[in-house]
Amino acid sequence: MRVFSDMWAYLSDGASWSGSDGIAALLGQQLLLTVTALLMAMVVGLPLALWLGHLGRGGFLAINISNVGRAIPTFALLGLLVVAPWPGTDGLGPYGRAGLATLIALTLFALPPIITNAYVAMREVPAEVREAARGMGMTGTQRFWRVELPLGLPLVVSGLRLALVQVWATATIAALVAGPGLGQVITDGFFRSNYGKGIAGALVVAVVALVLELLAALVQRAADPTRRGAPPRGRKDALSVNPATVDQPAESVG
Amino acid sequence: MTLLGVADDPSCYSRLVNDWICADYVADRRSEIVDATLQHLGITVVSVLLGLVIAFPLALLARRLPRLESTVLAITTGIYTVPSLALFPLLVPFTGLTATTVVIGLALYALTILVRSLLEGLRAVPADVRESATGLGYGRGGLLLKVELPLALPVVMAGLRVATVSTVALTTVGSLVAYGGLGNLIKDGVLTNFRAELFTASVLCVVLAVLLDVVLVLAQRALTPWTRGARA
Repeated sequence: MRVFSDMWAYLSDGASWSGSDGIAALLGQQLLLTVTALLMAMVVGLPLALWLGHLGRGGFLAINISNVGRAIPTFALLGLLVVAPWPGTDGLGPYGRAGLATLIALTLFALPPIITNAYVAMREVPAEVREAARGMGMTGTQRFWRVELPLGLPLVVSGLRLALVQVWATATIAALVAGPGLGQVITDGFFRSNYGKGIAGALVVAVVALVLELLAALVQRAADPTRRGAPPRGRKDALSVNPATVDQPAESVG
Repeated sequence: MTLLGVADDPSCYSRLVNDWICADYVADRRSEIVDATLQHLGITVVSVLLGLVIAFPLALLARRLPRLESTVLAITTGIYTVPSLALFPLLVPFTGLTATTVVIGLALYALTILVRSLLEGLRAVPADVRESATGLGYGRGGLLLKVELPLALPVVMAGLRVATVSTVALTTVGSLVAYGGLGNLIKDGVLTNFRAELFTASVLCVVLAVLLDVVLVLAQRALTPWTRGARA
């Protein structure tokens, strides 16, 4: 297969990694995009979803945002934002051309898994634990910070993990509108019939996606309060929320 | 060309006007839009069906051999983390710039969701139901087809809906290898700054996803008449 030798030649050539449009720079750009979009989605989505979950209201909203979000192709959304007069294709600092449009599209894309998981996490805290906290005289705010949030944290983090990997994956689509990120290597290779380059880009993106997934899995494990400090046996079962019961099905990847 | 043409108001999709919403565009380019929609629909349906066909034996295998279960789930989840824009190029050396590339890629994504929901659905069948069916003389095959699968259907259908809706959205990325259905129009609309084309194709994508979802919900209601009585 000639494409594979082309791919290897491209990947092993130092020149394709360096420079402003080299793999390294684009990789950094895409990581920056992913992290920024995730942070923006967290700032917007987490407080709202956690508070609604605490109150036990708006479940319909949380679930439906997720369903509607799946039906909207990120490519279409990105296309609309880029062609529209605002934000258009203007550059945004280190994010490059169409940076703002890409950030907005990715943030919207990251919201559904974050909101749904955070809401469900708060609702999944066992009723008896909640009652007990109330019986101990805790106020609503205290229950939220000391009981519900720590117990729901693993599931909240699992939503963030899902969003992280999906945003990384979807960020490549920005290249279809000549936006920032590693997708540029892929689309450039394809449009110039340089398939070796296209496949090299695809390989780098795929490998980083797997690395991010593994890192996020480690963070998720660390976030489980029932694992920290190893509480005595027996007590553990009574307090654990058991995040495995709400195994979020994988959602749409861009 | 004719004087009449000049005298007319410029069409809403001319370079000068470039409206987002334009009925003239839809009327004039009808055949192009219909073709793209049919391609989109075809790729989506074939992908989801292919995913279902592969997922079914995998789920049965994973259920029969618990040791395989984690392997099957790990592999299908691993595939899911690979971005679509990267997966399609990775398939190209084997399948070329054809619709097959897109269908295989999308089927792999659908597979992840479907294997999980099939496993969950089958696991949710109560053990005593299984036992009484065995007591009634059902063999392994009969038990699976006539008892377990119908009871697993609501969970499986929920997974199928998720898979279908996200496949509709993902199909647009197939425009990378020229088989993206409505995605081809979206791409062209972006490249040529053609708002009516971009907007129409985007809206049609969402409409297609909603329509397929409705079809699946209706199919589920028709296939599981007993769940309706239980709710009332």
